[in-house]
Amino acid sequence: MIKIIKPGLLTTVQDLGRYGSQKYGVIVSGAMDQLSHRIANLLVGNDESKPTLEITLTGPVIEFTETTLISLTGGNLSPKINGCSIDLWRPILVNKGSILSFGPCKTGCRAYLAVAGSFQVTTVMGSASTYLRAGIGGFLGRALKVGDVLSMERMSSSSKRIIQRLSTELGKRDYIEATWKIDPVISSCNMGKQPIRVIEGRQYHWFTEKSKQTLFQEEFMVTSQSDRMGYRLKGGSLTLATEEEMVSEAVGFGTIQVPAEGNPIVLLADRQTTGGYPKIAQIATVDLPVIAQAKPGEKLQFQLISLKESQLIYLEREEQIRQLKIGISLLHG
Amino acid sequence: MDYQLHPFGDNGIMIELGTTISLDIQKKVRAVVSFLDQNQFEWMIEYIPAFTSVTVLYDIGHHEFIQDGRYPYEQACEKLKEGIAGLVLEEAQLPRVVEIPVCYGGELGPDLDFVARHNGLSVEEVIRIHKTTTYNVHMIGFAPGFPYMGGMSEKIAAPRKETPRLAIPAGSVGIAGKQTGIYSIETPGGWQIIGRSPIQLFRPFNNTPSLLQAGDLVSFKEITYQEYIDWEDRDDKNY
Repeated sequence: MIKIIKPGLLTTVQDLGRYGSQKYGVIVSGAMDQLSHRIANLLVGNDESKPTLEITLTGPVIEFTETTLISLTGGNLSPKINGCSIDLWRPILVNKGSILSFGPCKTGCRAYLAVAGSFQVTTVMGSASTYLRAGIGGFLGRALKVGDVLSMERMSSSSKRIIQRLSTELGKRDYIEATWKIDPVISSCNMGKQPIRVIEGRQYHWFTEKSKQTLFQEEFMVTSQSDRMGYRLKGGSLTLATEEEMVSEAVGFGTIQVPAEGNPIVLLADRQTTGGYPKIAQIATVDLPVIAQAKPGEKLQFQLISLKESQLIYLEREEQIRQLKIGISLLHG
Repeated sequence: MDYQLHPFGDNGIMIELGTTISLDIQKKVRAVVSFLDQNQFEWMIEYIPAFTSVTVLYDIGHHEFIQDGRYPYEQACEKLKEGIAGLVLEEAQLPRVVEIPVCYGGELGPDLDFVARHNGLSVEEVIRIHKTTTYNVHMIGFAPGFPYMGGMSEKIAAPRKETPRLAIPAGSVGIAGKQTGIYSIETPGGWQIIGRSPIQLFRPFNNTPSLLQAGDLVSFKEITYQEYIDWEDRDDKNY
C-alpha cells in the first residue's frame, strides 16, 4: 500500500482514457502525457494501460508501507526517496517505510508514478481515469488527499522477476535503482524545443491567410488559464475570413480551436466531447505528450504537416515503443 | 444518402451529413449511428454523433491497416464508404417520450423572473409555454448526459448571462437563446436557470449512462417544491 502524507497540487489516478462513452457526452480524461504513462508501466512490468498517478507541478509526499517496485517518468519534478535524489525512467525498488517526495519542477510539469501491479481502483465505464467534474473513476472520483491509502493489484510475473533481481541488493537500504534506464530519445520532455507538429483543422480554410501565417510563424505562450481540459494560448490574433456559422461537432485531444476574440485554445485530456468554435488545426498524436508537458509561461511553435506524414510518424513511434517493450522484457529476463 | 468524409485529426474521420440543424439531418445521423452499432469495425475506437455529423475515431496502428500497406485514413474511409453508400433512411420508429419533472422558479429557478420580464410575460405564462411544448433531443454533448434540445417557443427565448455562474447544480433547467437544456452534472454555465429537476440525467453506473438519447422527445411536468424535496429524498432517483 501507499499512503499520501501530502497530496501535492493535483495528483490523480489516470490510465489511457475512457473511450467508448463520448456518444453519451462522457469526456475521455486519462493521462495527459500518454507516452510517459505507458513507459512508466512498462518499466515495472505492468501492462501499459494500467492506472498510474499523474503528478502535477508540485509533487506529493508518499509513504510506502511495504516494499514496492516503482518507476517515475515524464516531467522532472526532482523526485527524492528519504531525501536522496532518484532517477527518472528506470525501475526502482523502494524499501518498506521509505518516503517519496518531490522538489522543484526542472523539466515538464507532469510526472507519472507507476507501481508494480498498479493501483487498485474501481473502473467506471471501462476506465480507471479520474473524471474530476463528474466525480467518478480513479480514487473515489477525486484528486488524492492527505491520509488516502491506495492498495495495489496482484503483480505480473515479470514484475516479480524484477523485484527478485533487485531485492538481493536492496538489503536494509532505502531503495535500489536498476542499473539500466530508458533512452530518453522518445521521452516527451526532451522534444520541447522542437515545434509542435499539427495538421489542418476542420475549419482551417475558414481562417484568413494572415492568420494561417501567424499560426506557423509566431510563438504562442501557454497562459495561466491552462489545465487538464485545455490550454489558453496567447500570441498573434487568429481571425476568420468567413461569416459561416459553426454547428457544434466533435472535438479531439489536441484540437486547436479559436473563439471569436482570436486567441487559440488547445483542447487536452479533459476536453468536452463536442464544441462550437472553428478548429484551425489539430496536433499530431505523437506530439501530444510534448504539449502535455508544457507549462504556463512556456512558448510554443507550430509546424504544419500532412495527414499522411502524421500517420507515418505515429506508426514509427508505435514501432519504437514495440521495440522498447521487447528490450525491457529481455532485461527483465 | 449524401455525405462527405473529412479527416478529423490524424485518427478520426468526420462524416458530414449536412450543414444546418434539422430533423431530416438528424435522421441521417441516426442511420449512420445504427450502421456503426451494427458493424463493430475492429479498428474503430468509438464514434461521436453531433447535430449534422458523426465522427469516427480509429486505431491508426490496427493490424488490418498495417497488412494492407496503404495509409490508414484511406483504408478507413473506404470501409465507411462501402457501408454508408447503401444506407437507406428507414421510417423512424416512434420516438421515445421522456417526461422530466421540474420545479419552476424560487430558489431552484432563480432566473425565471428575468426570462418573464425579458419577454414581457408573467412567470406563469413562461412556465405554461415551457411545459406544454414537446422538445426534440438533437444530440448529447457538452457534459455527460446533457441534451441539446430543439423546439422551444421563441416567446420565452432569453440571452445567456453576461457572467456565467461558477456552479450550476445538476438538474437545473435553463434557457440560452432559443434553446432549453438540463444540466446533467454540476458545472459552470451561463444559461438562465428557470427550474430544477430531481431526475438524474447522468447515470455512470448504468449500462447506458445517459437517460436521454438523440431522437428522444422530452416533455416537462411541473411539480411543487414539496414534491421536488420528496423526490430528492428517494434513494433511487432514476424513477
